[in-house]
Amino acid sequence: MNPRTVLAGATALVAMALPALAERGASGHLNIIYWQAPSILNPYLSGGTKDIESASLVLEPLAGFDQNGELFPRLAEAVPTVGNGGVSADLTQITWRLQEGLLWSDGTPVTAEDVLFTYDYCTHPEGGCAQGAAFEGIASIEAPDARTIVITFTAPRPYPYQAFVGATSPILQKAQFENCLGAAAPTCTEANFGPIGTGPFRVTEFRPNDVISLEANPNYRDPAKPAFATVTFKGGGDAAAAGRAVLETGEMDYAWNLQLAPDVLAGMEAAGRGKVINAFGTLVERIEMNLTDPSPDLPEGERSTVRHPHPFLTDMRVRKALSMAIDRELLVEIGYGRAGRPTCNIVPAPPMFASDNTDCLVQDIEGAKALLEEAGFRPGPDGVRVNGDGLRLRVLYQTSTNAVRQDFQALIKQWWNEIGVEVELKNIDASVFFGGDPGSPDTFQKFYADVEMYANNFDGTDPEPYLAQYLCSRIPGPENGWQGENINRYCDPAYDALLAELSRTGEIEKRGEIARRLNDMVTKDSYVVVPLVDRGRNSAHALSLGGVVLNTWDTELWNIENWYRVR
Amino acid sequence: MLTYTLRRLLTAIPTLIFISLVIFLLLEAAPGDPLADQPLTIPPEVREKMRIALGLGEPVWVRYWKWLVQFVWVEPRVVLDGWLGTGFAAGEARIVSWQFRAPVFDIIWQRIPQTLWVVGMAYLVGVLIAIPIGVYSAVRQYSWFDQIGTFVSMLGFSVPTFFSGVLLIVIFAVNLGWFPSIYDTTLRVTDWDSFVRQVRQMALPIAVLALFNASQISRFMRASMLDNLNQDYVRTARAKGLPERRVVLLHVLRNSLIPVVTVVALGVPTIFGGAIITEQVFKVNGLGQLLITAIYANDLPMVQTLTFIFAILIVLFNLIADILYGLLDPRIRYD
Repeated sequence: MNPRTVLAGATALVAMALPALAERGASGHLNIIYWQAPSILNPYLSGGTKDIESASLVLEPLAGFDQNGELFPRLAEAVPTVGNGGVSADLTQITWRLQEGLLWSDGTPVTAEDVLFTYDYCTHPEGGCAQGAAFEGIASIEAPDARTIVITFTAPRPYPYQAFVGATSPILQKAQFENCLGAAAPTCTEANFGPIGTGPFRVTEFRPNDVISLEANPNYRDPAKPAFATVTFKGGGDAAAAGRAVLETGEMDYAWNLQLAPDVLAGMEAAGRGKVINAFGTLVERIEMNLTDPSPDLPEGERSTVRHPHPFLTDMRVRKALSMAIDRELLVEIGYGRAGRPTCNIVPAPPMFASDNTDCLVQDIEGAKALLEEAGFRPGPDGVRVNGDGLRLRVLYQTSTNAVRQDFQALIKQWWNEIGVEVELKNIDASVFFGGDPGSPDTFQKFYADVEMYANNFDGTDPEPYLAQYLCSRIPGPENGWQGENINRYCDPAYDALLAELSRTGEIEKRGEIARRLNDMVTKDSYVVVPLVDRGRNSAHALSLGGVVLNTWDTELWNIENWYRVR
Repeated sequence: MLTYTLRRLLTAIPTLIFISLVIFLLLEAAPGDPLADQPLTIPPEVREKMRIALGLGEPVWVRYWKWLVQFVWVEPRVVLDGWLGTGFAAGEARIVSWQFRAPVFDIIWQRIPQTLWVVGMAYLVGVLIAIPIGVYSAVRQYSWFDQIGTFVSMLGFSVPTFFSGVLLIVIFAVNLGWFPSIYDTTLRVTDWDSFVRQVRQMALPIAVLALFNASQISRFMRASMLDNLNQDYVRTARAKGLPERRVVLLHVLRNSLIPVVTVVALGVPTIFGGAIITEQVFKVNGLGQLLITAIYANDLPMVQTLTFIFAILIVLFNLIADILYGLLDPRIRYD
């Protein structure tokens, strides 16, 4: 070994040891870019990911999720469970205990009163709170002493970790938001743009839809952290520009959610300045089948309602054939590369809840054709299958406007044509498609098409509310202003019964088993939902940035207090 | 002249009210929903509550009237309060953006500096380049300089900024590393160093926009010069034995500038409109980016207010252009 390598090795060792010895602010300045710019730093007034994740630098919940989707305490001393007595045996009460000596960034103590206030803030009837769902089913919330919070539920709650867990549900400071309840919430611009928090950083300047300047919180509970003294959180532009800024020009240190074609991303990474990281969560791109008739011949108010069953998609053989014709491997390769994998489940993770269903992974054109024959559809003179009653297999396939989705539409159309199904494609601007305007015919809830494609996921790690979307009572229609998540108009009493069982079950293994069965009921047993791709997330960081662990269960910036500059 | 100006200003009022109504109704009729960018994990009941909290539960006319009153009565008094430290508008509801839940005008004020610096400077640079090029191209019509000028302005005019901007970024930011690709709006010029940084970050967006502006204005300048070069008074000036330099720069240029000044004045409102695409490409995040993100987010109060401000500026600068024309050209009298 020559002296030079020894020296190099020693330098490397010192470099590795540095973060451990580092003190607060030793790493200097950090540049983060989100190509969607944050509009507000109060997650209770906006559910947008950009807003929640930027606010997570400042505001913290009682507990968060780590990269494996497991709960860990943030402001709480420990995560309450039945085992440690934090959750009552009848599952109706949970007791959180705050860590001792917690301070807000302004130096005042954090108390249980702040947690109670946060509940009042979000549940105020005039507030329009974006996270209202997390606080549903809470009968009362009390603070027996300054560090204890007792939440009582109206019914047994097998999974009690929704309120105050994860970046979507952080604690606000009562003193700051006291006069911002209800209708007054939007008037508190100063508080909404610069919340006082407990997180590793505090806001020095917020320019909406542009940039946030932050500095290390002097009262952060770990005196050695964060390693960065200041942060610039820039927003705006597009994913390609954000990727370029980290991977090619090196102006930025971290770029969020780079939805770029696999080859584009690989080309940028080749510049050697940064690294693309990816991880998987619960986001699944899927095709939803309409079980009701969307025909424009029906009068308005009756189209796509349960009064008129779909002429052929109510036949499971047709739905299954449509699924069998799809080559999911190819879709992943073209659309997502490393950030995608084929799936047959709507609940792809966490492992506990993910079914082992892999039936759909192999494309089977011949099998699909045979199935359609069996259902009575034979090729007509133009190749499109027709049944004895003269019913043509013709589908309108809609989705939102997005380059990858249009590629998917073209490929799937080709496969469906091959099995004798005529396909008409339609794409709708995302703000209209997902907008939920009851006056528009083009929303995904109205579903004036035979099949539609989009992606959906669930917050945190418990899929119960997500699986509850397929209950009979959640069918959208004119009588409820087209509000409802059961957009397939699927209704199976056995599903409803099994879901009711899930909401009574506390044992985690049993919950997993029921959730897997529910997943199978809407996917491989009925093909009402045809999952395509389990979509992971690509982010990128500069090679000089250490400590980054990508987390899809909570905010991506979940462990920013541990990030440091590699020297 | 004064009565003419007053008459024009008075007729502008009903015009602007009509414009504001048309903008409001158009936005109302357009599809879209302010909650469309909220994730699907938010259940429909919660969405409905958020919608009502935004004030969407009220009828269209009520919302229009409220907006109009806030725009012409509340907001001007807020500005006055800011200048004089008075409390005329204390406690009154201002126009609030749906995305930010913050007063629309506060954010517009925040965005004006970077837009004026980048887009305004590009306009100025564009005009300063365009006039000499236009003059020289006309004087030496069909020379190689004129041919190249024509080619470059065709290029500048027809190549979209989303292409030229990204091209410049790839060459000068990615490959050469001379200029940054991201504009830092928090940079404050306090010393020589920060001044250099400011110049560097402005260089690329200004280059892109100035090329576009210059190619347009230089064509106007050239055409106007050519019109004048064949006039009788030019022949007279030459016949008097004046040097060509004086003929061109004193006689022809001054007369040719009259229509160009009008064109330049009419273009000023576009500065405030920002350069939507260029601002996005370089992340300048000025008024143009504010408008486009507000449109994407269906933030109607923001879109409505911004477009109406542009409408006011356009009406105003039309008037200014007309008055300037009258002042510069003694043959034109409006009264």
